[in-house]
Amino acid sequence: MAQKTPGLVSRYGADTAFMSFVAFLMAFLYIPIWVLIAFSFNDSRSLTWPLSGFTLDWYRKLWSNSDLIAAIGNSFYVATLATVVTLAVGVPAAMVLHKFDFPGKSVFRRLILLPITLPGIVTGISMLNMFKLMGFPLSLETVILGHATALLGVVVTQVYARLQRLQPSLEEAAFDLGASPWRSFIDITLPNIRSAIIGAGLLSFVLSFDEIPVTFFLTGRDNTLPMYIYSTMRRGVTPEINAVGTIIVLLSLILIVVAVIATRERKK
Amino acid sequence: MSFLRRNLPSMLVMGIPLMWIALFMLLPYGIIVTYSFWLKKYPTFIPAFQFGNYITIFTDPQYVRVFLRTLKISVLVSMASFLLAYPFAYYLVFRCRSVALRTWLYMAVIAPLWVSYLLRAYIWKTILGTEGVLNSFLMSLGIIDEPSSLFLYNQFAMVVTLTYIFIPFMVMPIYTALEKIPTNLTEASADLGMGPWRSFWTVTLPLSLPGVAAGFTLTFCLSFGDFIAPFLVGGPDGNLIANVIATQFGAALNWPLGSALAIVMLVVVLTIVSLSDRMERKGMTGGV
Repeated sequence: MAQKTPGLVSRYGADTAFMSFVAFLMAFLYIPIWVLIAFSFNDSRSLTWPLSGFTLDWYRKLWSNSDLIAAIGNSFYVATLATVVTLAVGVPAAMVLHKFDFPGKSVFRRLILLPITLPGIVTGISMLNMFKLMGFPLSLETVILGHATALLGVVVTQVYARLQRLQPSLEEAAFDLGASPWRSFIDITLPNIRSAIIGAGLLSFVLSFDEIPVTFFLTGRDNTLPMYIYSTMRRGVTPEINAVGTIIVLLSLILIVVAVIATRERKK
Repeated sequence: MSFLRRNLPSMLVMGIPLMWIALFMLLPYGIIVTYSFWLKKYPTFIPAFQFGNYITIFTDPQYVRVFLRTLKISVLVSMASFLLAYPFAYYLVFRCRSVALRTWLYMAVIAPLWVSYLLRAYIWKTILGTEGVLNSFLMSLGIIDEPSSLFLYNQFAMVVTLTYIFIPFMVMPIYTALEKIPTNLTEASADLGMGPWRSFWTVTLPLSLPGVAAGFTLTFCLSFGDFIAPFLVGGPDGNLIANVIATQFGAALNWPLGSALAIVMLVVVLTIVSLSDRMERKGMTGGV
């Protein structure tokens, strides 16, 4: 690019401005997380600056909190099953969108993607109404159905995007060689969309593990982890929540790394 | 028999999602639509067909105020996210020369999505509170003498918190849209003697509008339906529609009114989604 000297100066200035802006955004996003972590190790009950001293007491307290342990167990149960169910419905839905043409397809697509933008509260109360009407008692299982519905859009968008990039010639070749649709799905399509399914599954797991609006309305007596934390928060802020939070941040970090490795497409 | 064997897989593939949608989306939505016409009658509610609940929502100042406040907060959150996300995405796509740095920065903005949403709202409660980190920090620096209640339990706190939570949803679509713009277009406009600002206004910005629209849709709809962050940092004047809905299904025990409010929310979201869909489609055909 042929630029005059003032252009160079302004370009340099613009770069500096952009860099400062990016630094500001990173600070906005990450300083709060460091604050959360720092106060989980602080030996004062109140969350005020300056930090007063180092302690692991808040973490020790977590171990003896049986409600919390039960909530964590419930969350694992809910998130695992919700992920399995949402994949079992979402992958076929993505296939339908990819392969079939039928009247009402655009309505179908919109409905299935709706929960991405639809606030969880609408999904939550509409399913609550239905379960109450059918006399279905609220439990962790109703939460699973709610989560699976709310997360469907996430799975469908990710898997559908991958299907779109697939070479149609691969499947055609399988058909020409006499493979049944089922065989060609197992042998050709599935291996090619595997990483998208794993990625979508991990994301669904995290989102379900963390979900509140739907859980809030659909759970019975059992609490999931976020519901438990939420009810603790209503009573005020405590370093114990920071300690739980720090562990969650750490686990999320591990999952992100796993997801990046698992969904990395093999380079040709 | 062989017909069945050949077609069973595709019937299942079609059937499972269709059944699921019918049972867990259409039926529940149908039920709240029905409920929204019912009457509250102490101690519960009775079937009816009347528009009382909707009339209440649109005329009772209490609900109108909450509705307008929710609109205002959601617009502010979308605007704030946009102002932060656009320059960032622009930098990543057009200015950042190191591929590794670009990948890391992009990941850094998306990663918080994987960290508990509840936690991200909670963090701001601990930071902005009267007894919180920001106040005590400013006091230790001697900038303020006594804790200020300026930060927490107001609309400012809500906008900051919701922006913090939902900003990845603005960055992702804008980044994708900017990435799709062929670099030779901006080069061409530079060759034609356009300054960087003119190129930006006449070439880059218009071509990225579909991404911007998608970002606005996501951040707006998500803030519009949030009730956790308002509860944690919004304070007494911070009730948004979703909080009112939650109350109707809890303490107030007025399911018909709550259902009507949910329907209004559903309609608002659907309207915005289809508006932005139309914009995106226009962007695709009218663009390159």
